[in-house]
Amino acid sequence: MRYEAPDSLEGAVALLAGARGEARVLAGGTDLLVQMRADVLDPELIVDIKKIKETRAVTEEKGGWRIGAAVTGAELKEHARLKKVWPGVVEAANLIGSTQVQGRATLGGNLCNGSPAADSVPALIAAGAVATLIGPKGKRDLPVEDVMLGPRKLALGKGEIVASFLLPPRAARSSDAYLRFIPRTEMDIAVVGAGVSLTVDGAGLITAARVSLGAVAARVLLVAEAAQAIVGSRLDAPAQERLEAAARAACRPIDDKRGTVEFRIQVAGVLARRAALIALDRARSNN
Amino acid sequence: MAKHHIEATVNGDAVEFLCETEDTLLDVLRDTLNLTGSKEGCASGDCGACSVMLDGRLVCSCLVLGCEVAGRKVETIEGMAKGESLHPLQQQFLKSAALQCGICTPGVLVASKALLERSPDPTETEVRYWLAGNLCRCTGYDKIVSAVMEAAATMRKG
Repeated sequence: MRYEAPDSLEGAVALLAGARGEARVLAGGTDLLVQMRADVLDPELIVDIKKIKETRAVTEEKGGWRIGAAVTGAELKEHARLKKVWPGVVEAANLIGSTQVQGRATLGGNLCNGSPAADSVPALIAAGAVATLIGPKGKRDLPVEDVMLGPRKLALGKGEIVASFLLPPRAARSSDAYLRFIPRTEMDIAVVGAGVSLTVDGAGLITAARVSLGAVAARVLLVAEAAQAIVGSRLDAPAQERLEAAARAACRPIDDKRGTVEFRIQVAGVLARRAALIALDRARSNN
Repeated sequence: MAKHHIEATVNGDAVEFLCETEDTLLDVLRDTLNLTGSKEGCASGDCGACSVMLDGRLVCSCLVLGCEVAGRKVETIEGMAKGESLHPLQQQFLKSAALQCGICTPGVLVASKALLERSPDPTETEVRYWLAGNLCRCTGYDKIVSAVMEAAATMRKG
């Protein structure tokens, strides 16, 4: 097993594209090392991307925020300005694992691990985040909802990596929130997750919204109908009911030891409503 | 393939070692550098018994590759006492009997020290959340948490 730690994106792409056998990107390693240890993965090549400065930076760009794929949850939490603009994205990233895991786990890794239950992914999708990919054919941008195709399946070509994410510019009175259900208070995998991002006008009407649900289908869902259900409303009781119904209608969950189909569908509605209420409350105080 | 030759700083000392790609930092600490204070509980980042500081950040050493620490600073439980003088957390854990079998204790101490360095006056809730990734199967959490609170109070008095 080879280990390489290139200092440029081009170097990482060349190594991955030229790999003879299975090659894996190492960011925080909190999934990769566990899977190697469990003999689920036995790559021929590991490419550590943490020496590449683009993957490790949080910078303002065109009025939005660019977050490197290998920035850790702990670093996001300590970034006061990012946390103020995108509290939902930061809180979602900070739900992944323990303090120790937070010191290593990254947004890029959470997405590319390819789990429909990944906590940061619904928050990124609700935020309208775009992933910037670099591969042998160059650079391209892909909305986060289009990166994952199914469990462990990504829309990345051979040698292609997620370098960073771009969170779009934020209008006044906008905010976001992420909630998940787990049977305990910490250190567990989402049974259902819901991310909501929205903007309200001066009169308190929701003018734009995005709703994303995790762990209720083979991939994390962007639920346009759920967003439509609340745009133009003040998130009053009827709008909340429409949101819950639209969220539930989008669910196609599995039945497993962590939750039944029926339970996941029920909880998806509840979490979408609660996340929307939190996002609304935050948006109203963000003038 | 040849082993990696790694130079790093461990508990303030320059060290060099050879490792395979798949060797974790925990493997290197225990089996190569003979620093066996960090324990292997789960080897999957769930139990925190292998907690160390890597460039000032609390991590599970079972989830770090040995070759990743080239040029970096690692601090383990072995660096916590200064000579014969135990760290206030270590003293308080002894005084409060905040351990039973002791396997989780090095990780709990390293994690607690990291907390108190950034938050000298934590609430009990803060301590419990911070230590959520340090499992104790003797179920001694109450004594652990109160020992951390006591040690924090002692350290604040200087």
